[in-house]
Amino acid sequence: MLLLEKRHTRLKHQGLITAAIALGTALAAGAIVMAGYGANPFAAYAAMFKGALGSGFGLAEVVVKAIPLMLTGLAVALCATMLLWNIGCEGQFVMGGIGAAGAVMYLGPVLPQPLLLPAVILCGALCGALWALIPAYLRVWGNVSEILTTLLLNYVAIIAMEHLYFGPWRDPDGMGFPGTPLFPPTAMLPRFGDTRIHLGLIIALLLVVAFHYLLARSKWGFSVRIIGNGPKAAAYAGLNVSRQTLLVMAMSGALAGLAGMGEAAAIHYRLQEGFASGYGYDGIIVACLAALQPRLVPFCALLLGIFIVGGEQLATAMQLPSSISRILEGALLFGFLLSETICRYHIKWASKKTA
Amino acid sequence: MLDDITFIAKIAMKSSVAVCFAALGEIYAERSGVLNLGVEGMMLMGALAGVAAGSATGNPVLATLGGMAVGGLLALLHAFFAITLRVNQTLSGLALTILGAGLSSFLGRAYIGKAALRMKVYVVPYLSDIPVIGNIFFKQTPLVYLAYILVPLGAWLLFRTRLGLKIRAVGEDAASADAVGVNVAAIRYGCTVFGGCMAGLGGAYLSLAYTPGWKENMTMGQGWIAIAMVIFATWYPFRAFLGALLFGGLTALQFFFQATGVELIPVNVLRMFPYLATILVLIVVMRLDRTQGRGAAPAALGIPFSREG
Repeated sequence: MLLLEKRHTRLKHQGLITAAIALGTALAAGAIVMAGYGANPFAAYAAMFKGALGSGFGLAEVVVKAIPLMLTGLAVALCATMLLWNIGCEGQFVMGGIGAAGAVMYLGPVLPQPLLLPAVILCGALCGALWALIPAYLRVWGNVSEILTTLLLNYVAIIAMEHLYFGPWRDPDGMGFPGTPLFPPTAMLPRFGDTRIHLGLIIALLLVVAFHYLLARSKWGFSVRIIGNGPKAAAYAGLNVSRQTLLVMAMSGALAGLAGMGEAAAIHYRLQEGFASGYGYDGIIVACLAALQPRLVPFCALLLGIFIVGGEQLATAMQLPSSISRILEGALLFGFLLSETICRYHIKWASKKTA
Repeated sequence: MLDDITFIAKIAMKSSVAVCFAALGEIYAERSGVLNLGVEGMMLMGALAGVAAGSATGNPVLATLGGMAVGGLLALLHAFFAITLRVNQTLSGLALTILGAGLSSFLGRAYIGKAALRMKVYVVPYLSDIPVIGNIFFKQTPLVYLAYILVPLGAWLLFRTRLGLKIRAVGEDAASADAVGVNVAAIRYGCTVFGGCMAGLGGAYLSLAYTPGWKENMTMGQGWIAIAMVIFATWYPFRAFLGALLFGGLTALQFFFQATGVELIPVNVLRMFPYLATILVLIVVMRLDRTQGRGAAPAALGIPFSREG
């Protein structure tokens, strides 16, 4: 059987070891699945990485995917720093999209045109924040596990979005295709050059920097980290945990909402089938791999972006389902957990002996 | 009127079975101290394995066992990480759900839209002749009858046997159980894997009896609803059965309104009901709870055990 003994010294190159084990686990698991499916894993990986990294288009698409991943990763990391599990980024992301589309629908006709885009951005963030406040409030007032409430609300948000684009917000000129009307140019987030990389990149990077400094240097960040050390520490420091829970969840929801806003206002230009494609769940993985540190979030977001774009490329190149990226993500998280154990314990193999 | 109620009740029973199995399994895992948030992933894979084994063998019993086996295997992975490697169980369970969803989507591609094995309704002799009740409970597929058996059996095992006592002891205070000679790891492994088998069984029920065939993401969050029902049930099997029935009832209402064409409530609001109601029962049970929010949760839930402490 396996025996674990606590390490008393830190491993050298812990970050490298973690990255190697996590990636190795993901690639090994993916290879096993593909081989079992009857595909050549080496050819598949070659197609994936060539597709994601072998061309300007692929690289640009990786960055495009990394934008919402950065925001949702930051959202999950911020909550997890305070021991809150926001598994509801998917729903908050959808609400951000709804907020953006709603701003276009109702504010578009009345606002001066230059003000429309800021309104779209703000509404996206606001709707995400409000959606996250529901589980936050339930946690503070009713002690209800935020893991389950955030998650269940994802389904509600997606049904709400379907209701809107199949019903009241449906594009009359959609030729039977369910979706909201196309955003007008004044509500579109500008893109860079002829890529799909958009202004959301700048917003996301600014927020990463902001939260890095806030968490590391500010009094507020300090109190968040104290609360993250457990309820006893927070009580001892005399911090208002309830207020902080509401605030942090709202911020987290706003970040995820911004991600959804960006996808609506810069990628699809509307709400439609497939809008909720899992960026919210990916955020959990980004946050974990980044060890909950904002400054590492962009790199982990890029890594997951490579997986997602690679999966899409694999679908076109070898007719394999693009959901291979999901398998890699799940295995990546397991690999990360494995590396945590390896960094924390000496793992020894011992034959059964009577203790 | 009575016919309508019978119709709704029958569908409610039929719709609650998957959640009931998964919740019963999760009760066992959590009673032993292991939190497994991978239920949704295990159910999805159980559903796919049921379809795959069914199309390979043509035998509904083997198909069901296939779903259970795959659920159990995935749970074994979680058990290894949670019990042996002592990782954060919340994350390990989430990883399992992500992995299960991805795997089922990837491997399920071949089964989309294919005709699948269908479990036939088996009318129980004599019992089905009881007015109303017979119609609701005894004109169902065999897996529904399995739920009638497994729930009381599960409750009996947990509260009336030595093994059940060991399971609960390990979940409340692993160190004490260990001190009197209970093999903590073995009990936890067993309960976690059993939980996975039950989640797989729930999934197989969906793909073999409830809506035969494979559809991507066909569990629609029922795994998460099952986990919530464990809390609602305060870790008691019979209450989990009631919680599952509540879910089934709301699902049945959707069917009823769709079948009768009554637009009392917009269809999308109806679709939200199961999720909102689940949140609602969580609120109610937590507000009624007088034990500072830990509820009736096993004291060692989610805490890895090692002799070094």
